Amino acid sequence: MKGSKKSTVAGSDILIKRKGLSNTGVLLLITVSLFVLLYIISAILFVDSNFTKYSVFFNLINNKAYLLVLALGLTTVLITGSIDISVGGVTGLVSMVIATMLTSEGVSAVWAIPAALGIGIAFGIVQGFLVAYMEIQPFIVTLSGMFFARGMISMINAKSVPITNELFMSWSSAKIYIPFLYNERRNGTRDVAYLTPTAIVALITLIVLIIVLKKTKFGRSLYAIGGNTQSALLMGINVRKTKFLAHVLCGLLAGIGGFLFTLFAPSGNPGNGYGYEIDAISSSVIGGVMLSGGVGLPIGTFFGVLINSLIERVVPLLGIVDASWPRIITSAFLFAFIVLQSIIASASKKGGSKLSLPVWMRPKKGKE
Amino acid sequence: MSLNKNESKSIRLGRNSLIKSLTSSRLTFSLVVLFAVVIQNILTTPSFFNISITNGLISGYIPNILDEASELVIVTLGMTLVTAASGGQDISVGSIMAISASFCGLLLNGPEYRTDVFHSPYLLALLVGVLGGALCGAFNGFLVSGLKIQPMIASLILFTAGRSIAKQITHGQTIYIMNPVYKWLGVQIPGVPIRTSIIVSVVMIIIVVLLVKLTSLGLYVQSVGINGSSARLVGLNARVIKFMAFVISGVLAGVAGLVGSSSVGSVNSGELGLAIEMDAILAVALGGNMLGGGKFSIAGSVIGAYTIQAITTTLYAMSVRADQLNVYKALIIIVIIVASSDVFKERLKTLIRKVFSKNVSVGGLRNEGQ
Repeated sequence: MKGSKKSTVAGSDILIKRKGLSNTGVLLLITVSLFVLLYIISAILFVDSNFTKYSVFFNLINNKAYLLVLALGLTTVLITGSIDISVGGVTGLVSMVIATMLTSEGVSAVWAIPAALGIGIAFGIVQGFLVAYMEIQPFIVTLSGMFFARGMISMINAKSVPITNELFMSWSSAKIYIPFLYNERRNGTRDVAYLTPTAIVALITLIVLIIVLKKTKFGRSLYAIGGNTQSALLMGINVRKTKFLAHVLCGLLAGIGGFLFTLFAPSGNPGNGYGYEIDAISSSVIGGVMLSGGVGLPIGTFFGVLINSLIERVVPLLGIVDASWPRIITSAFLFAFIVLQSIIASASKKGGSKLSLPVWMRPKKGKE
Repeated sequence: MSLNKNESKSIRLGRNSLIKSLTSSRLTFSLVVLFAVVIQNILTTPSFFNISITNGLISGYIPNILDEASELVIVTLGMTLVTAASGGQDISVGSIMAISASFCGLLLNGPEYRTDVFHSPYLLALLVGVLGGALCGAFNGFLVSGLKIQPMIASLILFTAGRSIAKQITHGQTIYIMNPVYKWLGVQIPGVPIRTSIIVSVVMIIIVVLLVKLTSLGLYVQSVGINGSSARLVGLNARVIKFMAFVISGVLAGVAGLVGSSSVGSVNSGELGLAIEMDAILAVALGGNMLGGGKFSIAGSVIGAYTIQAITTTLYAMSVRADQLNVYKALIIIVIIVASSDVFKERLKTLIRKVFSKNVSVGGLRNEGQ
C-alpha cells in the first residue's frame, strides 16, 4: 500500500514536470505576449495609423516576408548550436545577380528562381562542409562567406541596377486579397487585407519547417545535437551529416529569402542585405531560440519577425526619420533577450523545475 | 618567486615540442608570405626601396605601407588578446573605431559640422574617445564573461548597431575637423620626420608587449584560453581576465579609430574602419595564433598585420577595387584556417602514411572517412 502511494506521488511529480512550461514554452510565451503588448500599445498611441485594421496587421507580414525566411534558416542552424551570418550577404548577392540577369533582354524572369536557389545552396554546401566535416568554427566560416558574398556583389556590379522585367514586376506587385477580412472606410469602400506572393511563400516555408522540425527524424536530431552533441552521437545520430544538412537548409532558405527580398525591393544595389544577418538572428533569438542550441520553435521566430516588423513600422511614427534607429532598437531587444536567456538558463540549472510554474499554481503534494 | 618561475617554466615545457615546432613553422609561414609579397613588389615596382623626404616627412613605398597598416596593427594587438583569452573574436572593432572617433569629433567640433576651432581641449577629446572604446569593450566583455555568450555573437550586436550609434553621435553627418592640430595624431607633429601613425602603432606594440611580458597577464590569458575551467581551479579568475582582454581590445580599437579619423581629418562613421575586423582576424590567423584560443604570439600577429597590409597595397596596385578585396581575403582566410585545422592535418597524415606504406588496400581507403 505504502509503496504504491509513494509511486503515485513520484509519478505525479514527473507529470507536473512534464506538464509545466519548459524553457521553450517560457520563451515563446514571453515573445507572444511582448508582441501583443507592443501591438496594443502602438494601437493606442497611434490611433491615426489604424493598427486595428486587418490590412495593417497583414502588411507587417508582407513587409518582412523575406526576413521570416532568412530567420527560419537561422533558426535551424541555431538549434544545432551553429550559426550562419552570411545570410545578409547572400541576400544581397541574390538580388544583384537577379537584377543583372534581367537587364539582358532574352532572359526570362523564371530563371531568377533557380539562380537564387542555386546561389543559396552553393553557399550552404561549402559552409556546411567546412563547419561539419572540417570542424572549423561556424562563425569564421560564415563571416568569410559574408565578406565573400559582399565582395562578389561589387565584382558583378558596383552600381545600382533597377529591374524592369515585366513578368518579374508583375510577381512583385501582385496582391492576393482575403475577401472576408476587411474594414469599412468612412466613404463606404472596403479596405481589404491582402497578402503578397512573398508572404505566402514565407508562410508556406514556416508551415513546412514546423512540420519538419516537429515530425521528422532530421528535425528531431537537430534538437538532439544542439542539446548535447555527445549524447546525440551516442544515440547513433550522424552528427556531421545533420549539421551539414542544417547549413545546406539554411543556405537554401537564404537563397529563397534573397529571391523574396528582390521581389519586395526590385533592384540590385550594392548595399542590399546589409545587416540582415543581425535582423535574422535577433528575430530568432527574440522568438525564443537559444544561442547555446537545442531550444527554439519556428513559430516563435515568426513572432520575432513580427516584433521586428512592428519596430520598423512604429519608429518612424515616433518622429524619428533616421533609418539607423530601428537597427539600434532591434539590437537593444536582442541584448535584452540574450540577458533574459542567460537568466533563464542559470535559473533552470539551479532550481530544476522552479521556472516551470509559479509555486502557487502547482498542485499540492500529499503530506506523506 | 622561484617557485612561481618554476611553475611557469613547467607549463611552458609541458607543451610538447611538436606543437612548438608547428607554431614556429606557422610563424615562418607568415614570414614567407610577407617575403613573397615583398619580392613580387620589388619585381613590379623598381622604386620599392626608394625613400625620400617630402614636406618634412619620410615617404616612399615602405613607409607608406607602415603608415597604412598602423590602424590594423593596433586593432590586431587587441584581437590577439581576445582570441587567446576567449577562443573567439571581437568583430565589433571597426564599429568601436567609428564610435570612439565620433565621441572625439563631437567634443572637438561641438555642434558644428565643419570648423577649425576646438570646442574642448584636444587631449580631453582624445581621452574621451579612448574611453568610449573602453566602454564598448566593457560591454562586449560583460556579455562574454558575465552572460557567457559566444564572443562573436556578443560582439555582433555592436558590429551592426555600432555604426548606427556612431552616426547618431555625430548627428547623422560626416564631421570635418579643420584644425591642423587634429592631424597631429594621424599625420605629422611639426618637426618630426616620421608619420605619427607609425609612431603610435609602434608605441602601442611596445605597451602591449610590456604588459604581456612584465606582468602575468600574458600567462593568465594563455592559460584561460587553453582551458578555462582548469585555470579557474588553479585560482585564476577566468571571467575577469576575459573581461580585461575585451576592454583592452576596446581601448586599442578606440586608439585606432582616433588615428584613422585624424589621418583624414574627418569623422565618417560609415567608412572608418570598415571591414577591418576581417583583416584583423586574418592577421591573427596568419601570425600562427590558434583561433580557438590559448597560445598566442604578439610578434606573429604584428607580422601578420603588416603582411595583410602589404597584400592589400599590392592588390590595389594591381587595380583591384577596395570593395572587391574582401573576396580574395575571404578565400585566403578559409585556406589558412582549413590548412591549420586538426581534421585537415589528420587527413593529411593518414594520406601520407597510406602513400608511403606498402600494403595499401582498398579497405583502408574506404575507412578514410571515419
